[in-house]
Amino acid sequence: MPLHFELVTPAKLVRSEDVHMVVVPGAEGEFGVLEGHAPFMSTIRDGAVQVYKSEGAEPETIEVRGGFAEVGDSGLTVLAEHVEG
Amino acid sequence: MASLKELKDRIGSVKSTQKITKAKQMVAAAKLRRAQSAAEAARPYQERLAAVMASLASKVSGDSAPKLLAGTGSDKRNLLVVVNTDKGLCGGLNSNIVKAAKAKAEELLAAGKDVEFYLVGKKGRAPIKREYADRIGQHFDTSTVKTPGFEEADAIAAELIEMYDAGKYDIAHLIYPTFKSALVQDPTVNQLIPVPSPDVADDSDAVVEYEPGEEEILEELLPRYVKTQLFGALLEREASEQGASMTAMDNATRNAGDLIKDLNIEYNRRRQAAITTELIEIIAGAEAL
Repeated sequence: MPLHFELVTPAKLVRSEDVHMVVVPGAEGEFGVLEGHAPFMSTIRDGAVQVYKSEGAEPETIEVRGGFAEVGDSGLTVLAEHVEG
Repeated sequence: MASLKELKDRIGSVKSTQKITKAKQMVAAAKLRRAQSAAEAARPYQERLAAVMASLASKVSGDSAPKLLAGTGSDKRNLLVVVNTDKGLCGGLNSNIVKAAKAKAEELLAAGKDVEFYLVGKKGRAPIKREYADRIGQHFDTSTVKTPGFEEADAIAAELIEMYDAGKYDIAHLIYPTFKSALVQDPTVNQLIPVPSPDVADDSDAVVEYEPGEEEILEELLPRYVKTQLFGALLEREASEQGASMTAMDNATRNAGDLIKDLNIEYNRRRQAAITTELIEIIAGAEAL
């Protein structure tokens, strides 16, 4: 089962896709989110979000600044103020 | 009575005015499309943030709520944040916003409250200054950048929150145009600070874990929410300005066209009359010989 991942900034919806796993730089440490993760909310520090498209694949990194992550029934939503590149 | 030459000059001047209004209309139409898509692109972020805010705010309440949510405990000093455009040529848009701002100010003053203005954009300054010269506090200039974006919203929010923390006001209202269509832009008055508690708290049973804690997250979220509100207002303003400008310029172009038509008829009639007079003079002269 894939995880639905959304990355949103004020300017636009950067990503909305199904992935295997996402590692998010939380304020109190990095955490990985897989499908079926319990509801969770955390602020994030500036750093790289690593997106694993499939198991064992090379992660794609996206630099984000300021924001927070929310895990709910609909998957993982990262709200970032700014995204590099 | 204007002479023939004067009429001709007048037609020329109306024609060049029409060229300008027509160009402005086309520019506005092109910019409107861009402004609208920018406003649409910003919507997902606002919706998500509002949803998260709603679920958090219902959990954190009472004494532990941050000041931005709970308020200062007083509602005496009001700050009106009025978002106007920087450029004119957009019909009644700015005067409508100013009218809404004045109505709000009157309402608050009548209730015995203090009112101060914080102006964003150039075009609101003069009309508000005329009536409330001593109540204008700060002014944020957005005319230096081509399209105001998140950085400007960030700067405005930072300043507003700083003033709030310094105890300069108790309640902030945001007044900005909402873009409905190219014909309709309604001025909207929203409470900005303290952040109004959402009425509909979603009561999902899911136990959400928070990291670090609910309050810390909320504390970080609230300034961001204010910022997003301002960003939304700036985007709406941009779309409204272009929409209003397009409509106003379309009207102006059409009016100029009508005027040119009338002036042309007048000119031709006058010219014909002059020719007839001249002919009569020549014939009369020939007959007298």
